[in-house]
Amino acid sequence: MEYFLIIISAIFVNNIVLAQFLGICPYLGVSNKLSTATGMSGAVCFVITLATLVTFLINKYLLIPFNLEFLQTIAFILVIAALVQMVEIVLKKISPSLYSALGIFLPLITTNCAVLGVAINVVTKQFTFGQEAHWLNLGEALVYAFATSLGYGLAMVIFAGLREHLSLNDVPKAFKGVPIALVTVGILALAFMGFSGMVK
Amino acid sequence: MNKLKLITKGFVKDNPTFVLLLGMCPTLATTTSAVNGLGMGLATLFVLVLSNMAISAVARITPDKVHIPVYIVIIASFVTLLQFMMQAYTPAMYETLGLFIPLIVVNCIVLGRAEAFASRNGVLDSALDGLGVGLGFTLSLTVLGAVREILGSGSVFGWKFITGDAMLAFVMAPGAFLCLGYLMVLFNKLTKKEK
Repeated sequence: MEYFLIIISAIFVNNIVLAQFLGICPYLGVSNKLSTATGMSGAVCFVITLATLVTFLINKYLLIPFNLEFLQTIAFILVIAALVQMVEIVLKKISPSLYSALGIFLPLITTNCAVLGVAINVVTKQFTFGQEAHWLNLGEALVYAFATSLGYGLAMVIFAGLREHLSLNDVPKAFKGVPIALVTVGILALAFMGFSGMVK
Repeated sequence: MNKLKLITKGFVKDNPTFVLLLGMCPTLATTTSAVNGLGMGLATLFVLVLSNMAISAVARITPDKVHIPVYIVIIASFVTLLQFMMQAYTPAMYETLGLFIPLIVVNCIVLGRAEAFASRNGVLDSALDGLGVGLGFTLSLTVLGAVREILGSGSVFGWKFITGDAMLAFVMAPGAFLCLGYLMVLFNKLTKKEK
């Protein structure tokens, strides 16, 4: 039951883009076409889950026992950068078809603040999910990370669909490009606010 | 004259928020009030100036292959320094800005300036460039924060001018996107006329 609440909360109630403002740059950057949007969401999903697993373990078994929590920011960004490189190399060897689908998006992910944001969030914040506030254990952290990245994908795909329609319309000159996109996201965020209150 | 241009170009011509569209996440997330926007802007300014100086100093002796990891570690070190200082001197602000202080590491403005400017110029010029871009960022964050605060809570810099409720949605997530979108339209209109 608790996992179910985590999933609902991470995808709809606290959507990573529309409520937490993480990963906006790629969200606005690659959402012009539905196909690139799905590719990017797939890559983000993969990296967020893997990065959370590794950083969670590093934090628990390396940083906390040696009282080095203040190194979290430096350690995590290095781990994520190295991880993304490694994923790229491994994918190239094992699954060239997946690599060509995700390939161009992978290097961009290092500077996607959604990855570092989720990694820092799960180790520094207490979550409630319908019960009293507590630190997440490894299983919960992984489910949370995976569901969050699914929420990212959902927001991305909806927005890409809207933007494809938007590009066919005649918008005023000053609104062209990013401004109209931001207004659209605003209305989308308004719609997602309807979910708040589902999970406390 | 040239040095002055380095500082002022971030205000309008190369404004990081409205023209270059960099650092969107902190821009949207932390501008719930004018003071918060100002705080986030100054925090980024601090990291930007120091990392620009350090990177321009070591750029020549850094092997090309590892320059990105080196830059990221330098930036992350200054961000950690900033975290300590904010925890000590402005704990309330540190609580409010929360996650977005460590996330300055992945703010594309900082790494962008390191790549595009600091790695090719002297220490003094890089410091001025960081100052200019940081001030431009601070300015746009403060303006966006002020607009959202006026609409959302009916106050400016904490000074309340209406009694009762205002349009609360502007302090929450949707208002951030809408305000930034419309401010960008205004900015486009004004700067296009100048040409």
